[in-house]
Amino acid sequence: MEDLDHLKSSLMDEVAAARDPGALEAVRVRVLGKKGAVTQRMKTLGGLEPEARKAAGQALNALKDALAGAIEARKTALADEALSARLERETVDVTLPGRPAPAGHIHPISQTLEELVAIFGEMGFSVAEGPDIEDDFHNFTALNIPQEHPARQDHDTFYLPPLTPDAARMVLRTHTSPVQIRTMQSVEPPIRIIVPGRTYRADSDATHSPMFHQVEGLVIDEAAHMGHLKGTLIDFCRAFFGISDLPVRFRPSYFPFTEPSAEVDIGCSREGGQLKIGHGKDWLEILGSGMVHPKVLENCGIDSTRYQGFAFGMGIERIAMLKYGMPDLRPFYDSDLRWLRHYGFLPLETPSMVRGL
Amino acid sequence: MKFTLNWLKDHLDTEAGLDEIAAKLSMIGLEVEGIEDRAKDLAPFKVAYVKEAKQHPNADRLRVCLVDTGTEVVQVVCGAPNARTGMKGIFAPAGCVIPGSGDVLKPGEIRGEKSNGMLVSEREMGLSDEHEGIIEVAADSEIGAPFAQIAGLDDPVIEVAITPNRGDCLGVRGIARDLAAAGLGTLKPVDLSPVPGSFDSPMIWRRDLPEDAQDACPYVAGRLFRHIENGPSPKWMQARLRAIGLRPISALVDITNYVTYDLNRPLHVFDAAKVKGDPVMRLAREGEEIVALDGETYRLSPGMVVIADEAGPEGIGGVMGGEPSGVSPETSEVFLEVALFDPVRVAITGRRLGILSDARYRFERGLDPQSAVWGAEVAARLILDICGGEASHVVNAGVMPSAERHLSLRPGRVAALGGVEVPAADQTRILTDLGFEVSQSGEKIDVKVPGWRNDVECEACLVEEVLRIRGFDEIPAVALPRQGDLPDAVLTPAQKRVSLARTALAWRGLEEAVTFSFVSRREAAMFGGGAAALRLDNPISADLDVMRPSVLPGLAAAAARNADRGLSAAALFEIGPQYADATPKGQTRAAAGLRAGPAGPRHWSAAPRGVDALDAKADALAVLAACGAPVDNLQTTRDAPSWYHPGRSGALRLGPNILAHFGELHPRVLEGFSLRGPAVAFEVFLDKVPLPRAKDGKLKAPPALSPFQAVERDFAFLVDADVPADKLIRAAKGADKALIAKVDLFDVYTGKGVEADRKSLAIAVTLQPKDRTLTDPEIEAAAAKIVAAVTKATGAVLRG
Repeated sequence: MEDLDHLKSSLMDEVAAARDPGALEAVRVRVLGKKGAVTQRMKTLGGLEPEARKAAGQALNALKDALAGAIEARKTALADEALSARLERETVDVTLPGRPAPAGHIHPISQTLEELVAIFGEMGFSVAEGPDIEDDFHNFTALNIPQEHPARQDHDTFYLPPLTPDAARMVLRTHTSPVQIRTMQSVEPPIRIIVPGRTYRADSDATHSPMFHQVEGLVIDEAAHMGHLKGTLIDFCRAFFGISDLPVRFRPSYFPFTEPSAEVDIGCSREGGQLKIGHGKDWLEILGSGMVHPKVLENCGIDSTRYQGFAFGMGIERIAMLKYGMPDLRPFYDSDLRWLRHYGFLPLETPSMVRGL
Repeated sequence: MKFTLNWLKDHLDTEAGLDEIAAKLSMIGLEVEGIEDRAKDLAPFKVAYVKEAKQHPNADRLRVCLVDTGTEVVQVVCGAPNARTGMKGIFAPAGCVIPGSGDVLKPGEIRGEKSNGMLVSEREMGLSDEHEGIIEVAADSEIGAPFAQIAGLDDPVIEVAITPNRGDCLGVRGIARDLAAAGLGTLKPVDLSPVPGSFDSPMIWRRDLPEDAQDACPYVAGRLFRHIENGPSPKWMQARLRAIGLRPISALVDITNYVTYDLNRPLHVFDAAKVKGDPVMRLAREGEEIVALDGETYRLSPGMVVIADEAGPEGIGGVMGGEPSGVSPETSEVFLEVALFDPVRVAITGRRLGILSDARYRFERGLDPQSAVWGAEVAARLILDICGGEASHVVNAGVMPSAERHLSLRPGRVAALGGVEVPAADQTRILTDLGFEVSQSGEKIDVKVPGWRNDVECEACLVEEVLRIRGFDEIPAVALPRQGDLPDAVLTPAQKRVSLARTALAWRGLEEAVTFSFVSRREAAMFGGGAAALRLDNPISADLDVMRPSVLPGLAAAAARNADRGLSAAALFEIGPQYADATPKGQTRAAAGLRAGPAGPRHWSAAPRGVDALDAKADALAVLAACGAPVDNLQTTRDAPSWYHPGRSGALRLGPNILAHFGELHPRVLEGFSLRGPAVAFEVFLDKVPLPRAKDGKLKAPPALSPFQAVERDFAFLVDADVPADKLIRAAKGADKALIAKVDLFDVYTGKGVEADRKSLAIAVTLQPKDRTLTDPEIEAAAAKIVAAVTKATGAVLRG
């Protein structure tokens, strides 16, 4: 038995000394292979007495198992070592910049528009659109703004040649209101639409752009009254600016196409030269609105003794500037990449009332 | 419209303070734009007594004054020749802001003598250009009395924005009436009673208007005043005119201006000595000219109303008087004009001549016709009071037009339209206070509209009057009733695609821009546009004078601007209108983009590469995919329009329907926009993309997920260099449609081993059996079919 102990320890040393999988395999063959030391000894068992054979067999089997275990353990250790070495070799500088796939940005006008769609969509409005190049009827006459009316002077209209020699000149629409007319001419009430779009006025300075965007709203049914107008616009202002108790007030005003007409102010503070929307000492005008003038309904072939409703309009750039803090109007159209990246929105920020604006 | 608080109180008996009045004005539709309370601004400036003024020891022209301010005695160095012992002047203490210069007054030392404040001149107070001496006040003025009070500047000035419908509020009285109706006091009576004349006017009004222009000046009144003196107007009148920004000129001119602002009744006076014969209201004749009161010469045209004498036009009706017949300090006889003019004609005349006068502003908004009657009396009272002399009987011509308008108001309409219950008695009270004559007629209120409210023309206008004076705050806010538990889709499928296209392009790294719908004619021409029908008659600049034929010129200009700022790698897109003609159908929506400079940011992992046409093609295809176009069925053809590089551009189409163009911009276009280096662009015509059929709904057929192994085989073909890759791919796909699932082109090679006029195209073909595993012979057979099909279609040779 001492002989076996000796053998075991010498073989164990050989296993431990194997430095790579090849050497370990060689040891295994030398020990456990057909001609291996242990296998050879097994072959000698046949010549022993049964009692002695049993004892020697058990001892040899134990030795065989121990060696097989040691070889397996060594194999795992060697694999672990090899893997560690490989991982060490494969190290990269993870502080290097990652592979770029830069996303662009959505323009604040588009984003604001989508916010408007999200809010008014919840209230059952759909989106209507119309042409930028309008005729005099849709832009003015049907909206109760006759030729030479002082209200026209405020419009700074761009003109284009008439479509036919004896027709009135075409205009670039000065507001989105002509789409009210086009909608009322083609759709039976009830109507609930918002109309976003490009609008044009021949005016250009730090606070005026010859092209800008408006959104118009129109509700026509048999019962919509000024209380609904107030409710709708208060709900809108609070949702848009995300201030649930935003003060909103309605002041009488004048638009040729509404009667009564109201301008809408929201509360703000100008303390320290910083404009902040919310509770404060000041008011800021952001919307025009009113009950649709019966003449406008009749101009569109809608029975004004049966139907009534309200309309409103606002500047998209203006409300975007108030909400997002752009100080100037002109950069909206300048396409300065730095500005677009700064004020633009990632395409994943799709406005939705469910997710919050 | 400006007026002062005291002026308002001439018409309104009220206890209300300035703040309350201002708040109420805004809430009844007369929006306050500003309040100038000069007493507040001028508070530091007070009457002071010069106890002693002695010669400055070191300066001939300066005096050293000891000034008693009422609270202390201060030493002031003063250079004014009228600074002397015993006078009273206006003292400005150190630390205050001098109104004339805006400078802060600092204590100092002038040639060795201390000076702690200043005795001010009118120029320093910002009152006039007078700087010869310091202001002297009456000897009995109280020391320490505020200067604003002494100078009559303690009357706050209120400025309100008057909407175009409220011409009646272009007179202080109209504003007072509104405030009284809104509960801020009572309207005082105004004296419009006749002023008897003492003689017959030697001049009479004549009207010489054609039959179809009788309404150009339906009625005119006047009277002659003689033995008058046209000196300066009284101080109180001058102070009020100055307060609202008018320059006092002479008593007669000031009176006409005063009545204009006080009662919204424009007047004109002619120097009777300078008028030859009777004044006539007539239409101007071709070529007539007039030198108006502003000193400018205006060329008149037929259709304009003039007041003419034998010498020609002496005034432009409703717009401006003429200079030659204007009054002067020597004037002793004047003839008064109180006329009515057609608002539209006045507006056209004023616009054509480019004159925006106080008279035009009022006439084009419409006046109370009766004002032509009482205007002659009000004017007479003021002229006789201020200028003395005597007045003739009134003379007139024409017929007073009837402005009587009767409306009826159903009291329930206020609640139905306004959303708030207002008791009928209150409705009646409000309308009465506003000057409407009201009588009950059964269920309705019968209303006679006053002559000054030509804007009130229907029942809704009466509802507005009631609500406006009641206050919009009284209207309870109500949420719009829901039309169902859940709202319908807000966007049409076509509108939704715009949003999807925008998102897709932003994800691809392009920044969204918004550029103007108009461009320069030169830029439009580069993109096939610039037609006369799309040119603006009145552009704000020559750079923006034609509607754009494409979205691209705006983006090209934007890329050039960014390059000038050092940002040469631009990737921009815009989804917006382009215009083929001026009709609604001529406007279509395009999603266009432009990439310039290197493709993507510089990075350690990849060699830099310039953008090329196929970047633009990928962008266009991404938009089309986002919009639901059948991108797999699109053909790419080489026929892009002239603004693209002819060899590096193409069209994406479904048969004859072109959905997009893409490619490198033509070098001439780059040059036209001063863009250095290549730029690529695409235009997707969103309106051309077929919409999904609504009846198909959202259902999808189940996918054919075969349980059998797919096989991928690579082939490399040699073809002539001009063979389109697409042709080879289509041929391969068509070789066995049931078996071939997809064909990917993964290599294009020219160079060593390939003849100069040939190229090698390598494709990977995926074979997907549906009912069994493919055997080797079957795979070989399919491969042979592919090679045969490609060879037949393109003349290709399989590379060994």
